[in-house]
Amino acid sequence: MAAIEAHDLRRTYKTHTGTLRRRTKEVEAVRGVSFTIEPGELFGLLGPNGAGKTTTIKMLITLLIPTAGSARVLDLDVVKDAREVRKRIGYVFGGERGVYERLSGYDNLRYFAELYGVPAKRQKPRIEELLELVGLKGREHERAEGYSRGMKQRLHVARGLLHDPEVLFLDEPTIGLDPVGARELRSTIASLTAAGKTILLTTHYMFEADALCDRIAVISKGEIVAEGTPADLKRGVDQGSVLEVEVYGVEDETIERVRRLDGVLAVSVEEREQAQVLVVQTHAEVELTSAILGHLNGGQVGRISRREPTLEDAYVALVTEE
Amino acid sequence: MSTLRLLGVGWYFQFKMILRSPFDGLGNVLYPLFFATTALLVFRAGQSPRTLIYASLGAAVMGMWSSVSTSAGSAMQRERWWGTLELLVAAPRHFSLVMLPATLGLATVGIYNLAATLLWGRFVFGIPLTIAHPLLFALSVAGTVLSFGGLGLLFAVSFVRFRAAWVLGNFFEYPVWLVCGFLVPLALLPGWVRPISWVLAPTWGMSAIRESALGGTPVPDLILCLGLGLGYVSLGVLVTDRVLYDACGRGTLSLT
Repeated sequence: MAAIEAHDLRRTYKTHTGTLRRRTKEVEAVRGVSFTIEPGELFGLLGPNGAGKTTTIKMLITLLIPTAGSARVLDLDVVKDAREVRKRIGYVFGGERGVYERLSGYDNLRYFAELYGVPAKRQKPRIEELLELVGLKGREHERAEGYSRGMKQRLHVARGLLHDPEVLFLDEPTIGLDPVGARELRSTIASLTAAGKTILLTTHYMFEADALCDRIAVISKGEIVAEGTPADLKRGVDQGSVLEVEVYGVEDETIERVRRLDGVLAVSVEEREQAQVLVVQTHAEVELTSAILGHLNGGQVGRISRREPTLEDAYVALVTEE
Repeated sequence: MSTLRLLGVGWYFQFKMILRSPFDGLGNVLYPLFFATTALLVFRAGQSPRTLIYASLGAAVMGMWSSVSTSAGSAMQRERWWGTLELLVAAPRHFSLVMLPATLGLATVGIYNLAATLLWGRFVFGIPLTIAHPLLFALSVAGTVLSFGGLGLLFAVSFVRFRAAWVLGNFFEYPVWLVCGFLVPLALLPGWVRPISWVLAPTWGMSAIRESALGGTPVPDLILCLGLGLGYVSLGVLVTDRVLYDACGRGTLSLT
């Protein structure tokens, strides 16, 4: 039995425009997503903002009803058996919301322990255990409004684990955390996998997915565009090569012209201090340095380097494909 | 047993949050005093101590009602802003059991409203604090708080489905003052209003509180008040699943 199965999940939202002449527009946030996650697996759903990661996760945790398709968690239907599903899953999302700021961290956990049906006798030791796990011991009696972002995030993780769920959904849990906080949280996630939990993690940080996930699905514009182990995805662009050109103020038209060159797989621009870096993925057998520099004529160009593709390049190539 | 504990623990934490909100706190402290002052200044013209006690009790229940009608909506809106509404819905316990303690917590603030109004009337306007049946008075107040909590649950459930419905909380505040006879006897209202008054628990709660304070027979009113309160809770529980299914279908739970 798979821990999570999604079969051709679709979700459409209706949005309205206009005041007097109201028009309804349908937006397809998820367009036929299918995947299977085995028990004990850490599965990553990787994609840019607005790709459909959160919508997919919300359908799986019973907070959104799919427009079409079906999903099962621990062999329970997420629509028909919603209450049973909720008993057996934990949900953690990133950011500072989702915490009762006027209550202490301890009171937050005590309240949610009751809501998640943790037996009265088990609540205190369980909360102590989790405070220790997420590193909030000693600060638990302070009001949550005084917590840093990282502390609130760790409180979220503790809340999600209160009822010892078999399956954990982590929706961009490290978003906005400082590097130390994010690293600590990643190590907590790794320890949960070691303890046998099945985890579905959404993120748009490549290195995070690479470091943590057994398998990854890349989602773009509501569809899964690639699925496999991090090594499989890297292999997909292994045959290519990446040219990085430091530029100072590159225009959109120039990027478009470079993208149209024969042999170019993907183009992206990264901001690095005062400069920008034009990252061009090309087929290995083609040499496009002069052609690219030709398109940058008139612009100031800095360092030029060539390197092997990384998982991030694989991801960029996948999500920027038309 | 676990349901009772959930209601108790939920009430405790929700009430704790209400007490820790400085702006809500200030409103809850001052509002009843304004109601009491307005009502007592109007009714002072009548010169009768009994009329003043009548007005004082009416103003007290006005304050209780206001804290439920306006706060139930804003409480739901706060859950949306805080991002906790989805977590409450995603909890395995029935959503009505999660919401009921919150609305009961708001109704409990009404007990302060009642006490503050009566003390304000006593010390500022010199209205004697004589309660004919203290035990029945206490039971009437408790029954009114419980029924208000039940009505608040119905409101809260509708606020989950309709994001802007919290505005209706303010809308309901004043008509109920009138329709439930808080300040004006029901006998003075047109006949067609009566059926509306009868299905509203505040009508019977108000009547039970007055009857017990002024030496009448509050028990029938109290039974009706509690019965209607129970009816609201039952209706709230029944419609909760339907309302949540609809909200999950429309994807409005995460919207603020």
